[in-house]
Amino acid sequence: MTPGGVDPTGPQLARPASAAELFFTFNRLALQGFGGVLAIAQQELVERKRWLTRQQFVELLALSQVLPGPNVVNLALMFGDRFFGLRGAIAALSGMLLLPLAIVLALTVAYAEFARVPVVSGALRGMGAVAAGLVIATAFKLMGTLRTNKLGPLLAAVFSILTFVLIALLRWPLIWVLAGLGSLAIAIAWWRWR
Amino acid sequence: MSSFLQSPLATAELLGLFGHFLILSLLAVGGAITTAPDMHRYIVAEHQWISDAQFTASIAIAQAAPGPNVLFVAVLGWNVAGPLGALATTFGTLLPSTALTLFVSRWGASRRETRGVRAFTTGLTPLTIGLLVATGWLLAAPYAEGSGHGLGAIALIVLSVFVMANTRLSPMWLVGLGAVVGALGWI
Repeated sequence: MTPGGVDPTGPQLARPASAAELFFTFNRLALQGFGGVLAIAQQELVERKRWLTRQQFVELLALSQVLPGPNVVNLALMFGDRFFGLRGAIAALSGMLLLPLAIVLALTVAYAEFARVPVVSGALRGMGAVAAGLVIATAFKLMGTLRTNKLGPLLAAVFSILTFVLIALLRWPLIWVLAGLGSLAIAIAWWRWR
Repeated sequence: MSSFLQSPLATAELLGLFGHFLILSLLAVGGAITTAPDMHRYIVAEHQWISDAQFTASIAIAQAAPGPNVLFVAVLGWNVAGPLGALATTFGTLLPSTALTLFVSRWGASRRETRGVRAFTTGLTPLTIGLLVATGWLLAAPYAEGSGHGLGAIALIVLSVFVMANTRLSPMWLVGLGAVVGALGWI
């Protein structure tokens, strides 16, 4: 099964028709992404476009997270590269970044003007709270993929919970969690994957 | 060169800024935001190009705007040195990690069915999901402990989780609802 191709056991997947379609799709999902793009990327790529299964999405995301750099940027690069090579990677990346970059710089220039207006700062708080909920919901949706994880659902859940506790509650640096817990999980998967 | 491209920083300082972000790019496992403490040390503490409050506001603006949160580096660069500063921090942050990601992606794609690559993605998937919950948790935490309207914020977060997980409604509607409820002062 190739993450970019058709999964013979799963639902029939579509594929992007052109690099231009990649550009506009990533532009569209970036412009919907207030407080982060990941939740929208999952919805657009998996549920609306059907370019990836949930399983493929979470695998691509796993790789994006261990590589340095912004996760959604890495995800866009790898996704674009798989379909149209460097041209696809650049199309997906520039679609995701160009217009949002112009918007955020315009907001920066305007910021001094409206930051003190309570209605504006209140609206920003409300949007931020929703953004937090969207990220949590995305995690819930992807949890189903653990059922078929080779580690076994129970052990996979233990690794998920430990990661949450170490990062969110104990505030360990991510690099140590990946190096320690991640190496252990990969070693067990290596042993079971035969 | 037009006045638009004039920068308060000397060329050597701009190159230093660019170089510093080039190095941070390769250390940014888990996203650019994980290197924000070191950006703060370099820009605010060491060089005093912008104030503490400007640094915090730069991140808040990028979070509120549509698009990837990594764009906060462009806002930082703009606040330090205008358009050239934004170019230096944005390209500094993106170039090394982009090159590495493409290299690793292609290397891995040709070995996708090997035991090593399968073990790698299988092992890291549970951590990825735990990390997502942790990110949501850390984003939500300030609302729960904020003064006054904590309950309204928690209700909004729970509603967002429920609607997003169980329906295919566009998240834009939820973000709009959040903006209205927040503007009314209920959050």
